[in-house]
Amino acid sequence: MARRSAPEVNAGSMADIAFLLLIFFLVTTTIETDSGISRKLPPPQEDDIEPPVLKQKNIFVVELNKNNDLLVEEAPMEIKDLREAAIKFLDNGGGSGEEACSYCQGERNPSSSDNPTKAVISLRNNRETNYATYIAVQNELVAAYTTLRNREAEKLFGKSFVQMEKDLKDVNFPGNKESLKEDIKKIQFMFPEKLSEAEPKK
Amino acid sequence: MSKFKKKKSGELPAISTASLPDIVFMLLFFFMVATVMRQNTLMIENKLPVADQIEKLDKKDLVMYVYAGKPSSRYRASAGNQARIQLNDKFADVSDIKSFILAERASKREELIPFLTTALKVDGETNMGLVGDIKKELREVQALKINYTTRTGNALDNFR
Repeated sequence: MARRSAPEVNAGSMADIAFLLLIFFLVTTTIETDSGISRKLPPPQEDDIEPPVLKQKNIFVVELNKNNDLLVEEAPMEIKDLREAAIKFLDNGGGSGEEACSYCQGERNPSSSDNPTKAVISLRNNRETNYATYIAVQNELVAAYTTLRNREAEKLFGKSFVQMEKDLKDVNFPGNKESLKEDIKKIQFMFPEKLSEAEPKK
Repeated sequence: MSKFKKKKSGELPAISTASLPDIVFMLLFFFMVATVMRQNTLMIENKLPVADQIEKLDKKDLVMYVYAGKPSSRYRASAGNQARIQLNDKFADVSDIKSFILAERASKREELIPFLTTALKVDGETNMGLVGDIKKELREVQALKINYTTRTGNALDNFR
């Protein structure tokens, strides 16, 4: 028998096979939304621990009732005004002497918070509050802290706090990460996120 | 002279499709790499609220997912109308969360356990009572890092 060269495989259907696979992956792909508001829960507490004594004026009470109405310091408020109100409270700096705040730009109203490091935002919700409303309120309160931190970071280090945190995560960041970490800590110390959540009312 | 004259046929030559498989393969590889297979089949309605002060969760293997919301229409008859928790592929009670977290922890390497985050994927229409119960359970097992998973957008749009 004469040796025949192997016949060439017809690759015309390769495109069809590849298309089939492509369509499979297109259909199964779900670009997952994996971003959100990160929070830290307080550790579980023993019952016999006395709560620390806080001055009433250092507490900013935010309450959501079961009809999703927002009450700030016992007065009704629209959610769009909450951010401003929280900034005003945190940035007040009404303290004097040891509690004075050198970097605050608020009104220094003696009946509002002494110092951002002392100021606590207390968020209380009802069991029937809507989750979406709660997230909106959380979002506004976190935004208030971020705005103030951005302002201080801009003043001290020439870039926003958000940018600093982004740089810390960035693998290609050229600068010194250790000193960046220190700077971030410094800003966090100036405006600590003291957001306390009370047990929901029945 | 006529030697160099090419024969001109009136028809256009067919476009070669030989590189089509290459193009399709390129797309295929993109989607294969970018695909995240859904770990859980959702049995609940899960329309996440929107927020703009968000952080990205980048280490997917260090995230535990807790879903909550009203059962979707297929499961209404068996699971009822009230908002439920879903862990892995099953409906669960609040009391199952502890064992779920402990099981997740046991499956991870020990040095990674402090970095575990719980992502709460809760439907916007859920009552806070359920979310509060979930958070209480999480506190009791020391799973303190949580993330309220949201979509990106203006938070004031939540009320529309």
